[in-house]
Amino acid sequence: MEQATKFKVQDKATGAFFNCASNQSLLVAMERTNPGLIKVGCRGGGCGLCKIRVVEGDYLTKAMSRKQVSVTEEAQGYALACRAYPRTNLMFEVVASSQQTD
Amino acid sequence: MSKGVMRPGHIQIRVMDMDEAVCHYRDRMGLIETDRDASGRVYLKGWTEIDAYSVVLRQADEPGMDFMGFKVVSTEVMNQLKQELIEFGCQVEVIPAGELNDCGERVRFDSPTGHMFELYAEKKQTGKWGIHPKNPDAWPEELKGMRAQRFDHCLLYGDDLDGALDLFCKVLGFQLSEEVVDGELRVAQFISCSMKAHDLAWVRHPEKGKLHHASFYLETWGDVLRAADLISMHDMSLDIGPTRHGLTHGQTIYFFDPSGNRSEVFCGGDYTYPDHPVVTWDADQLGKAIFYHDRVLNERFLSVVT
Ligand code: FES
Ligand SMILES: [Fe+2]
Repeated sequence: MEQATKFKVQDKATGAFFNCASNQSLLVAMERTNPGLIKVGCRGGGCGLCKIRVVEGDYLTKAMSRKQVSVTEEAQGYALACRAYPRTNLMFEVVASSQQTD
Repeated sequence: MSKGVMRPGHIQIRVMDMDEAVCHYRDRMGLIETDRDASGRVYLKGWTEIDAYSVVLRQADEPGMDFMGFKVVSTEVMNQLKQELIEFGCQVEVIPAGELNDCGERVRFDSPTGHMFELYAEKKQTGKWGIHPKNPDAWPEELKGMRAQRFDHCLLYGDDLDGALDLFCKVLGFQLSEEVVDGELRVAQFISCSMKAHDLAWVRHPEKGKLHHASFYLETWGDVLRAADLISMHDMSLDIGPTRHGLTHGQTIYFFDPSGNRSEVFCGGDYTYPDHPVVTWDADQLGKAIFYHDRVLNERFLSVVT
């Protein structure tokens, strides 16, 4: 298989980062190389545990639960890391998910 | 005592990408795809099941469970139970025959935990898949993936466990087989309408109507290990296992479908009869009750539901 391009994905608050290929979800790349930066739940866009806000850079997303990320939030850069794939280097913030707080 | 509810008969699961979901349930878990309908729902079954299907996948923009259905012994029993559900105070709705392919009329009702359930008496019987009904061989050779045998039970998360227990035991004839108690408070309950240690279970949780997992039966511990191999071979999302539960003592592995709904395949486990006392676990032993070997809960067990 062709080697996919790797992008640098960085946590704005701590500066911690990991590298993520364009065909890899942010969450899976994080788990393999710098575990603990983002919480890991279902890895399927359902539970909301891995919610982040991308503040810099481009990415694609696969289907995410509307219950976890609304249309408005999606437009503001909120995403589920398990369903987001980088297109450039990214800067993100971890978001306390609704299910963690209740 | 039994009031004519036989078994978990179906579950309708919401998925966000149908192709990915079919790959999970059919190609990885090894359920048999038996039908599709005009609204795009996909119907599947475990190969040992007699009825035409037990899993219905519906495309939606959030995951979770639409409803779980129980098969009852006859239409008379269904109608009798419908009256009792109304008297109990449930919101009851009759779903006409044919709304699900090859299924008769269904009586849908809500539980105090916010989940939707159904009773039905008629569904087309197509027999076990891949083996002859007469002089049947042990298993069909064409099975895929984990070769799941049947849809077995669900674990649900919700708030009013006492109300749900009342409903299922008093109205529908289930028995409480196992429980976890924190002093006076029952924080988990496992109920049965059969000899199985559970046909349905709940864990107490502030939010109503959540699905923790849908579970499918395998024959042996070797099959559970083989399922674990397949999860690695296909880079599927593993939750925990292979391990054993303290509650019911089943041998198990948890993983997630591509929309984040948790799946379980398991084998073994305890049995129950109407005269069996309730098996009780103390909440301070919850780790061991859920994951008998690790004896601690992973964080996901309590927080990740759909
Ligand atoms: S881990 Fe569940 S939504 Fe990402
Ligand atoms: Fe289970």
